[in-house]
Amino acid sequence: MRILFTAHGKEWDSKVDQRFGRADGFLLFNEETNELSWHDNAQNIHAEHGAGIQAGQHAVNLKAEVLITGNVGPKAFRVLNSAGIEIYTVKGELSVKEALTLFREGKLEKAENETTIGLG
Amino acid sequence: MKEIVVISGKGGTGKTSVTAALSYLNREKALIVDCDVDASNLHLVFDPEIDDKRDFYSGFKAEIDENRCMNCGKCHNICRFDAIEKKEFVYSVNETSCEGCGYCEKICPANAITMKQPLVGKIFIGTAKHNIPMIYAKLDIGADNSGKLVSEIKKLAREKRALLKKELLIVDGSPGIGCPVVASLSGADRVIIVTEPTVSGIHDLERVFLLTKRFKIKAACIINKADLNKAKTEEIKTFLNSHEIKFAGEIPYSKVFTSAVKEGKNVIEYDPESDVSEILRNIWSNMETFINEEKQ
Amino acid sequence: MNIAVASGKGGTGKTTLSTNLAFYLKKELSKNIVLADIDVEEPDSRLFFKITEEKSIIQHTYIPVWNEEKCTLCGKCSKICNFNAIAKLPASILIFNELCHSCYACSELCEADALTMEASRIGVINHYETEFLTLIEGKVDVGIEKPVPMIKKVKDYIKKTFSPETTVIFDSPPGTSCPMIEAIKEADFVVLVTEPTPFGLHDLKLAAETAVKLSKPFGIVVNRSTEKEDIVTKWASSSNFRILGKIPEKREIAELYSNGSIIYDKDSDFKNELENIFNNMKALI
Repeated sequence: MRILFTAHGKEWDSKVDQRFGRADGFLLFNEETNELSWHDNAQNIHAEHGAGIQAGQHAVNLKAEVLITGNVGPKAFRVLNSAGIEIYTVKGELSVKEALTLFREGKLEKAENETTIGLG
Repeated sequence: MKEIVVISGKGGTGKTSVTAALSYLNREKALIVDCDVDASNLHLVFDPEIDDKRDFYSGFKAEIDENRCMNCGKCHNICRFDAIEKKEFVYSVNETSCEGCGYCEKICPANAITMKQPLVGKIFIGTAKHNIPMIYAKLDIGADNSGKLVSEIKKLAREKRALLKKELLIVDGSPGIGCPVVASLSGADRVIIVTEPTVSGIHDLERVFLLTKRFKIKAACIINKADLNKAKTEEIKTFLNSHEIKFAGEIPYSKVFTSAVKEGKNVIEYDPESDVSEILRNIWSNMETFINEEKQ
Repeated sequence: MNIAVASGKGGTGKTTLSTNLAFYLKKELSKNIVLADIDVEEPDSRLFFKITEEKSIIQHTYIPVWNEEKCTLCGKCSKICNFNAIAKLPASILIFNELCHSCYACSELCEADALTMEASRIGVINHYETEFLTLIEGKVDVGIEKPVPMIKKVKDYIKKTFSPETTVIFDSPPGTSCPMIEAIKEADFVVLVTEPTPFGLHDLKLAAETAVKLSKPFGIVVNRSTEKEDIVTKWASSSNFRILGKIPEKREIAELYSNGSIIYDKDSDFKNELENIFNNMKALI
């Protein structure tokens, strides 16, 4: 499975970024190859509008099957949901490693709707 | 730590004056951020010293390279915003009309058009009177207030609050009900609505309330100029009651707000003995429980 | 003739001035007057009038609609859109209407002709007949994030509905961003309403800068005036800007406003000042 995290850094110990559209970047973990890769989100942090849509597009392009993040707005949710990407949310300050453990233990909440209001 | 946003919907209800007074009451433990980036006013009563000034770039504007342009007029023909002007065979971009779609850039056969990200505002980080850390911003004329600048200064404010270990983040929210106010509400723990008993005040209170409901943020409401129209004040109280908004208190119609602003001060600082100052202190002490209750 | 009543920030008395000025010109001077409320996110001028007749006209802009059969899923549209309004998914194209600026780039540059521009509702224009005058109001639907297209629609509607001799008073959106600029850019004269406080002066300076940038002739009205030589007056005279008049700070005026009432026929100070403002304006136009 290909699991995508929003993250503040490039390491397993980096914290999960609570933002999706304007996240610092994405960490993609490929369970089959055990590979963790970093994907910048710089152009999106500065997007005027539609950052959530672009980030969603990014997740689609990376062929993610699961997204683990803090919050997703309605527009990002529509993109991710239409592409069949499952969304799980984490609360508080967690590292990517800790978030993966919780996810594997089935302790993360699955988002069935947007969890925040988009900023337009 | 709590993040409190003060909003009003309609302008002129006294939102900034109330924010200034509440910030002053919490001067030991608060950081203040002015999210009214179109016309920020809070700094006028806090006189901040600026430690850090940052440029803010946003959106796109087309730019035509005259040396490359072949005057074919294609850009002029496809632009839906009438932003490409033709003056005696020379084409130029009207920056006020250009919405930055980039269509012209894509179809220009001479590659003469590029999209530039314009400087549209400035962010100011500093220390206000009474040693209160403060952040505000100024958006240039004609810039699109998309809420992005508001998000940006709120992010800076949160980082700074954590660094300085302040307990409170007090946000002077943006006016209206559009994108900027949504950005200023995002992530807030509590919202304080400042309204007035006028036909338009009530109209806007209802619209603003829908926003706080969408965000699931607990709201309290202060009625300013309450004695101006007692019937309308009662109408507001009934509305608050039936919509689970805490009634935080009422302030009479008073010239002391204007007098204070004219001196560059907040009301409590200007005249601590005035009725209005006493009322504001009571409002805050009544609200402390409301603010510190856990989120539901 | 088009007169735009504007201000650097809301709550300065813009609506009070435009409603009363329109009413006064119509009733006292029998001018050919239309009041247009183009504060399209929060139009509230109608609250001050008794409406006798009304009609509502739906307004649209054009947005792309995806044609699944024709689409080759090349993804060009998603890359073209500078507003991030189009996402390309593995088997579909998603369009976010609320972000679309109707630039037509995606539609006209689509090689498969799979995006057609179709009408999408953004709000309504309300055409009201009130006891004394005609009021046109633009109002965007909830969830529409861009007010500018609606402001353009109202201006177009007025141009095609009323004769060029009509004097139109535009109650404009506050601020100095795109909506305010759209509202004043074709005006023959701009009235900037402010208060004689540091807040009012600060916002007035921004609004005046905007009017100067657009080369618009303008005059200033000081609302809630308490003294002769206030900071706005001092600034205006040192900058060579014209003060059209001063509406006094009076509790009675604030009370009348709070009830949604027209003021000039009930308060003689207010009426005198309104006459003064109009005469000064006439001299400048």
